Amino acid sequence: MRDKSADISLTVNGERVQERVDARKTLVDFLRDDLALTGSHVGCEHGVCGACTVRVNGEIVRGCLMLAVQCDGAKIETIEGLSDSGEVADLQAAFEQRNALQCGFCTPGMLTAAQELLERSKTVPSRDEIREHLSGNYCRCTGYHAIVDAVEAVAQARAGDRK
Amino acid sequence: MKPAPFAYQKARSLDEAIALLSEKDAKLLAGGQSLIATLNMRLSSPALLIDINGISGLDAIALKNGSVEIGALARHVQVERSEVVAKQAPLIARAMPHIGHPAIRNRGTLGGSIAFADPAAELPACLLALDGEIEATGPKGKRSIKAQDFFKGLFETALAPQEVLTGVRLPAATKNTRTGFAELARRHGDYAMVGLAASARADGKRLSDVRLAYFGVGNTPARAKKAEAALADGSIDAAVEALDLDPHDDVQATAKVKKHLAGVLLRRVAVQLTEARQ
Repeated sequence: MRDKSADISLTVNGERVQERVDARKTLVDFLRDDLALTGSHVGCEHGVCGACTVRVNGEIVRGCLMLAVQCDGAKIETIEGLSDSGEVADLQAAFEQRNALQCGFCTPGMLTAAQELLERSKTVPSRDEIREHLSGNYCRCTGYHAIVDAVEAVAQARAGDRK
Repeated sequence: MKPAPFAYQKARSLDEAIALLSEKDAKLLAGGQSLIATLNMRLSSPALLIDINGISGLDAIALKNGSVEIGALARHVQVERSEVVAKQAPLIARAMPHIGHPAIRNRGTLGGSIAFADPAAELPACLLALDGEIEATGPKGKRSIKAQDFFKGLFETALAPQEVLTGVRLPAATKNTRTGFAELARRHGDYAMVGLAASARADGKRLSDVRLAYFGVGNTPARAKKAEAALADGSIDAAVEALDLDPHDDVQATAKVKKHLAGVLLRRVAVQLTEARQ
């Protein structure tokens, strides 16, 4: 019989973590259940809603479409890490100011996805580009308009700071 | 839902992956963007997952002897940003932004998408439109399979149980190559209700070798050969009239709606096909 679990060693928000995990455990369940990092949310569990968006080795992925066992040696960042480091502080403030969240369930994924777009864009992304980048993240409260407003405002503010 | 229990083994080489495929109910795990969703929904419950992500040398994108070769493990994001693809495989470049969402494209692989053979996926139709070839490697070595012979049925391909899809080969574009791509989805990045990938050769003001590969209209990507001939004859109206597709109802749209949308897409793509390359 082959082993259905494995030892993994990885970095989560800058901290070394060593755990034994079931092979079938998804990354987002590992973060929530084993590490108590409950900022990453479990929504649809099949890659549609984006609530579980986290960063693996610097790129956003679906936490429900990657297995924890695949993250051996990886560098994981969750909303807790992005929040504590202040990396998304301006986005968080803009979301609050513009009512870009109501229930907040989608917000961690939304912030993480938006941050990737802003980080990667050399110029201020258009509203269409923002919408397209966030197309993989469902929000059932806001109707998206306020979210696009918030991301656009931060993009403009950051571009202003760079000048 | 959560996946049923399975064993997990990281393959260090292609040979090891092929050997492991001989085990009962073993499945390959590449980007996992479709597979893990099916595991979570318990539509699939393999005994062993063979993770091939660590195998080196399977993600190259290169121009070789007039062909664009893309390794199976090239991630969508890598293909999307590739200059070789932008210049030499413009149809693939047009299609990439429609595949899933950024978080999915960061992880999903070209080979996985083709081997999964979702009837509404973009890349299988692109391969068919380009008359591309799929490279499969098994216990007896490598073989090439034409795209038209590869997609056998719903989620069914010509891959043998112990074969691994290791790459694809597409004819490189020339200055006369024309491509077109359009799809209709309820949300950008979702699977298409109907989509169309097309290629042709500009022959003065006319088009020849028109290949229209529809997706989301049946069990496999499908060519509309009568419409191809009509389009080569120069009439978009006649091509729409001649559309020889037989879609069936699904959760997204009825067959009638799909047929109508196929015509809408044909008009859009026909315009793209007549535009000169940049």
